[in-house]
Amino acid sequence: MEDYRLKTMLQKPERLSSGHRMCAGCGATIAVRAVLRGLHEEDRAVIGNATGCLEVSSFMYPYTAWEDSYIHNAFENAGATLSGVETAYRALKKRGRLPEEETFKFITFGGDGGTYDIGFQSLSGAMERGHDLVYVCYDNGAYMNTGIQRSSATPMFADTTTTPVGSQSNGKMQNRKDLASIIAAHDVPYVAQTTFTKDFQDIHRKAERAIYTKGAAFLNVMTPCPRGWRYDMPDLMEICRLGVETCYWPLFEYAEGKWTLNYEPKKKLPIEDFLRPQGRFKHLFKKGNEDLLVQFQREVDRRWEDLQYQCARA
Amino acid sequence: MKTDISKINEQTPHEELTEGLMIFAGGTAKRFRTGEWRTNTPVFDRDKCKQCLLCVPVCPDGSIPMVGEERGMFDYEHCKGCGICARVCPFGAITMKEGITA
Amino acid sequence: MSAERIKERMSGNEAVAEAIRQVNPDVMPAFPITPSTEIPQMVANFISNGKIDTEFIPVESEHSAMSAAIGAEAAGARTMTATSSAGLALMWEELLLAASNRLPIVLTLVNRTLSGPININCDHSDGMGARDTGWIQIYAENNQEAYDNYIQAYPIAEDPRVHLPVMICQDGFITSHAVENIDLLPDDAVRQFVGDYRPEEYLLNPGKPVSVGPYSISAYAMEAKKNQEDAMERARDVILETAARFQNLSGRKYGFFEQYKTKDAEIIFLLMGSAAGTAKQAVDELREKGKKAGVLKLRVFRPFPEKEIAEALRNAKGVAILDRCESYNGCGGPLGSEVTAALFRHKVQIEAVNYIYGLAGRDFTVTHVKELYEEMHLVCTGEKKAVQHQYVGLRKEN
Repeated sequence: MEDYRLKTMLQKPERLSSGHRMCAGCGATIAVRAVLRGLHEEDRAVIGNATGCLEVSSFMYPYTAWEDSYIHNAFENAGATLSGVETAYRALKKRGRLPEEETFKFITFGGDGGTYDIGFQSLSGAMERGHDLVYVCYDNGAYMNTGIQRSSATPMFADTTTTPVGSQSNGKMQNRKDLASIIAAHDVPYVAQTTFTKDFQDIHRKAERAIYTKGAAFLNVMTPCPRGWRYDMPDLMEICRLGVETCYWPLFEYAEGKWTLNYEPKKKLPIEDFLRPQGRFKHLFKKGNEDLLVQFQREVDRRWEDLQYQCARA
Repeated sequence: MKTDISKINEQTPHEELTEGLMIFAGGTAKRFRTGEWRTNTPVFDRDKCKQCLLCVPVCPDGSIPMVGEERGMFDYEHCKGCGICARVCPFGAITMKEGITA
Repeated sequence: MSAERIKERMSGNEAVAEAIRQVNPDVMPAFPITPSTEIPQMVANFISNGKIDTEFIPVESEHSAMSAAIGAEAAGARTMTATSSAGLALMWEELLLAASNRLPIVLTLVNRTLSGPININCDHSDGMGARDTGWIQIYAENNQEAYDNYIQAYPIAEDPRVHLPVMICQDGFITSHAVENIDLLPDDAVRQFVGDYRPEEYLLNPGKPVSVGPYSISAYAMEAKKNQEDAMERARDVILETAARFQNLSGRKYGFFEQYKTKDAEIIFLLMGSAAGTAKQAVDELREKGKKAGVLKLRVFRPFPEKEIAEALRNAKGVAILDRCESYNGCGGPLGSEVTAALFRHKVQIEAVNYIYGLAGRDFTVTHVKELYEEMHLVCTGEKKAVQHQYVGLRKEN
């Protein structure tokens, strides 16, 4: 593993070029840039991508924002597609059709729609078979590309276009699916959950470890979406900080059967602090909805305690 | 073969498009100027900057290039003016100005 | 120069597996489905026993099989898969992408009916359901043809004029499981015929990045589809050139279709797959009674050889177009639609009657063919009005 110095890491050549058409203030490409900095400069990569915001915006013919080889296939099959690429690599290496000194790494990106939902089976297959690749979910908690519909990653009570808040509805009824745990249950060597911290060390370290761990690895990255979450666009880093400090989005990793908590807030902030700046939770702060906030807090606490227990056990 | 995308535009006859619409090159998107979308523009005050570099990784558009060990001037051809960089700067070295020009 | 002939007895699935062993493709993702399951099983066995070193991916679905095949082929590996019926249906979206990404993947299809009701037996509804996905489709009558077609698939698919995926089809159980005599080619002859795979552009080409699978605005998408169609049209020449080269090697002749006793035939049975053998037997018996019948067995369904079919039928009085598939279009099967369109375009004014037969493994016998001959004869002499879209061998009142 490389010693982490932000200054050194930022001097690596960018592997996602500018000129992509993601919205202003998008969290997904911040994640892509950070993950790709985890690649060692001398190594080549093939990048996969499920259909979604990132894909339609980063490779719009004839403009590709990818400096490495890149393949988008469809919405639900990024895991299987990259399985094929990675297997081809082993086949070509074995048969002497690739120079021995050439190293390729395989990283695929999918939104929570393409990962938690429609691409879940394909992801599960790729993880279970143990292909030497990294699947990165940029989790913005809804189907943003089609216009903010709920996904199984959408937090409870979020106002989305398929769970609209109304006189008979408080938004999404269900809590979000814990995908990182589900992938860990595949007995893969490495799973981590992360988001953007001030110096980007957490995501960098996890990306590098995922890329250079032999076998299948999974990264779940919370990437705020200013359109879907309706916060003040420049506040992205503050939203991420609050996600972590409220323990809504804990930073943890699972490696070789052990769970590790990477950060524990000195003082866990109330969940309201994360929810209040976001328009999708506006209704929770209306008079009479106090119990919804209590319910939300209870869910966050329960999961946080579960995670602490799991990490302590290790 | 390396795709020269300057030869591909909406008037290009079908025979001259690439097979399977593949692009045989990397990073051709740089030719697309997303800076035109901007409604607010970050203005960099070099005197206030302490080169902490916290603004560089938060840019969704890679529009704060590194020049050696330091951050350089904004790439206004691509900066979309989201303002995340200005919000994270601890030294007030980036201010947002209304409009597309600095 | 003809290669040595190796006499064997094997089923259609064994024949294809044997051809796979000889080609030793780089990558094979597959998911089992009756009646093609034996093919990935046999390949896995070859690998487990060191006979070949293909990388087999035991994917979790057929959708993932074709997705992984697309990834592997785009990455620069010679890739194939096998499936049937619902497996092909599940791949549907990916079939279109394999073709539009111009990837020369080979798929060996063992034809089985599509649900519902669920049924494991043969008809062509799976292959016909994929007829507009941009794949070249080649149908076999028997194990020999399944073997020969598989070997010819790579030179067709990988030709730079084509760069399209190829589907090699054989009839489920009837061909796939029935053991028949077969002439095999020596391994080195097959390998030489197929050649090494050296794509020009691929994901794993060091220092030459490729981006595959863009979003395309309308200004480019229609042009891309036209280019794909042009490749399909160019495939006609490549299919015939490959067949000629294969004939030099094996002594066996192939074209878009086989004409059996059609030269002076008044009534021609046009069909695909194993039922052609039944039709040929019936024609022999009819000929013994002085009845001028013949068979046109279509081998290449995509690209559709419409001009050649029209010319082959020009001098007949009538054609019975036999579809082993229902289109649910209210007026016939896919062959019925395309063959009659070909006749119209080329101004071939003969009686053309479309029949549906053999759905979900329903028997189709020599007697059926002879009965159709009698009916076609009456239609051609004007004694009976043609009734389109009849089901052969269907139980009905009266």
